[in-house]
Amino acid sequence: MTAACPACAAVPAAVNPSPAPTASVQLSVPSMRCAACIAAIEDHLAGLPSVRAARVNLSGKRVQIETDRPAEEMVQALTAIGYEAFPFDTAVMADQTDPAGRDLLMRLGVAGFAMMNVMLLSVAVWSGAEGATRHLFHLISATIALPTVLYSAQPFFRSARSALSARRLNMDVPISLAIVLAGGMSLFEVLSGGEHAYFDAALSLTFFLLIGRYLDHRTRAAARSAAKDLAALEVHTAERKTPQGYATTRIDDLKPGDTVLVPTGVRVPVDGCLLSAEADSDRSLLTGESDPVHHMKGAELNAGEINLGAPFELITNAVGPDTRLRQIAGMVEAAETARNRYTSLADRAARIYAPAVHLLGLATFIGWMVATQDVRLALNIAISVLIITCPCALGLAVPAVSTAAISKLYSLGFLVKSGTALERLAEVNTIIFDKTGTLTAPGFAFDLKDFRPRELQIAKALSQVSAHPVSKALCLYLTAVEPAELEAVRETKSQGVSGKVDGISVALGRPAWLGQESDGLGLQIGSNYRALSYHETLRPGVRQMTDWLGNLGHRLEIISGDTAQKTAHVAAAAGIAEFQAQMTPEGKSAHIAQRAAQGQSVCMMGDGLNDTVALAGAHASIAPGTALDAARNAADVLVIGKTLKNVPKLFGIATNTVRLSRQNFAIALGYNAVAIPVAVMGYATPLAAALAMSISSITVILNAVRVGRAA
Amino acid sequence: MNILVLLIPISLSLGGLGVAAFIWTLKSRQYDDPDGHAARILNDEEP
Repeated sequence: MTAACPACAAVPAAVNPSPAPTASVQLSVPSMRCAACIAAIEDHLAGLPSVRAARVNLSGKRVQIETDRPAEEMVQALTAIGYEAFPFDTAVMADQTDPAGRDLLMRLGVAGFAMMNVMLLSVAVWSGAEGATRHLFHLISATIALPTVLYSAQPFFRSARSALSARRLNMDVPISLAIVLAGGMSLFEVLSGGEHAYFDAALSLTFFLLIGRYLDHRTRAAARSAAKDLAALEVHTAERKTPQGYATTRIDDLKPGDTVLVPTGVRVPVDGCLLSAEADSDRSLLTGESDPVHHMKGAELNAGEINLGAPFELITNAVGPDTRLRQIAGMVEAAETARNRYTSLADRAARIYAPAVHLLGLATFIGWMVATQDVRLALNIAISVLIITCPCALGLAVPAVSTAAISKLYSLGFLVKSGTALERLAEVNTIIFDKTGTLTAPGFAFDLKDFRPRELQIAKALSQVSAHPVSKALCLYLTAVEPAELEAVRETKSQGVSGKVDGISVALGRPAWLGQESDGLGLQIGSNYRALSYHETLRPGVRQMTDWLGNLGHRLEIISGDTAQKTAHVAAAAGIAEFQAQMTPEGKSAHIAQRAAQGQSVCMMGDGLNDTVALAGAHASIAPGTALDAARNAADVLVIGKTLKNVPKLFGIATNTVRLSRQNFAIALGYNAVAIPVAVMGYATPLAAALAMSISSITVILNAVRVGRAA
Repeated sequence: MNILVLLIPISLSLGGLGVAAFIWTLKSRQYDDPDGHAARILNDEEP
């Protein structure tokens, strides 16, 4: 449907034909949140001559623009009025209409209206219609109810059939049985002039259970599309060198031997050999080390490193399944199958409930057969037991709570990716953090407390000269300082910068280069040497998070691939006592397995490739939104935004979700405890069934709404 | 009871009207952006 993807936009016209006249651009605008934002964005875009139409979708925080211009131009237009925008990789976003959800909604709507009409006729019967009138009403009800049930209840029939063909019992088996029997028995009763028909029960069962099914679907679809959004934000293309210049190519289309350009600040797309003379990269996502790494020509670079220096070229060595990234993905799959063995609360309930209900129906039938020898009466009572015990409220119990919880968490900045994640998070008692990129923010802080203003001015002047990442960080850190006047500047590559201030020679660089021994950087002014140590900065809210989690009685640990000294520093700043440094990816997952063997439920929080296997293997896992693709895919929950201060709330809401789900089960079972004896004794009427079913379903939904409040 | 001859078709057609209206809202994508529609009523100049 769209042709102007961000990738095409950068392609020279010779390679890419001009976009079709119906071209449109999709942008993600995370910062829009109100009516004023909608108006501002739509009015501004519609005012541009190149834009035919612009339509904001606030729920999805995106805007669809009908234009022939490239996405970058639209991004700039939005940046100009203060909205940060990102182009979507349209290939990833291709399927976003959610046909399954609309299908469920359609079935739900049809069931709802049919239920209302049949209920109208049923009320007449309950309030005393008799003889031919009752018969007529029952016949009309049958003509409405039976086709509706056949259409609307199909999701349950399908699921029940697939469960039975796999010789399993799920919640849909008793549901389908109750719906089919209610319809079939009522039809038989009506045709033979009977008194009781359960058409309204068959329909309201279908209706309420479809609500649960739709909520469940929405939760999953929202999580899936959010994850898809994140994947789409990262453009999966690389700049391949061709005789005509650089061409944007999908990473999947690269072959070994291709030369690829890696611009500043961009992730290395493939494993390869460095062609340019030198390069600086941040490998923290791969290994956890926080210091930038310097590479010389011919060095091996891995997919996932971030280019910190000038643009460089590399020759592709390995693509696709041969890259380190994919090798890790294989290990992740193995770790995930272990986690998939977790049975959700709803499934555990179904395993007990389904056989119990069927046995109860059978026992009722046999009991009444023995007592009366009347097959029709015994069958009628047994079926009314199955209808009354149909897990209407049980089917709603979990989806209603988790939908409310997940939308509450979304507003707090969390994306919950799997339905059982909240249940697993609620069981966690040990939280293990990765250091670099998870607890720490990009950039460095410097210890400058006892420096004189003049020294800072000289440091600033020298730091401005070099493009070295640490030097750039220092320059950024000294924003407020006025640089000194510098003469005779000379940069010694990857060692430091030297020059003269007021005739005195000054230098900033590696201590070894300055003939000294200290950590971090060194600043030389004349004969005076100052050690300029730097350390990583914590993300905002880390201390709040650890204090709160500590108070809740969770055990906190750090495992990092970085050096012991740096890990110790961050651990002290974050207030976490236990830490392990210089861990390999395998070491991290082994550490988690060891904790699990000690009987602890571990939640792993990490962002890099080296954490991915650990994320997949842990009982539950969290990743920041800035994490590597593979890590985001492996995690249950993503934290959007910089601060971590809401993370304890995640655990609080997870605990609440499980508590309220259990409460809902108790409500549903309590209703059954009253209704079952009545039905078994043969006193159940269609009116009683309709009342009990509606009241229990509504109670369960109302109870679910409390989940957001308690946190 | 003759009134039933009138009332039953009326109630059924009203129900049918409801379903038809619902299907129309669904087909014209009115459930795609609930937050956006809630916010848009606050804007003055909406087409």
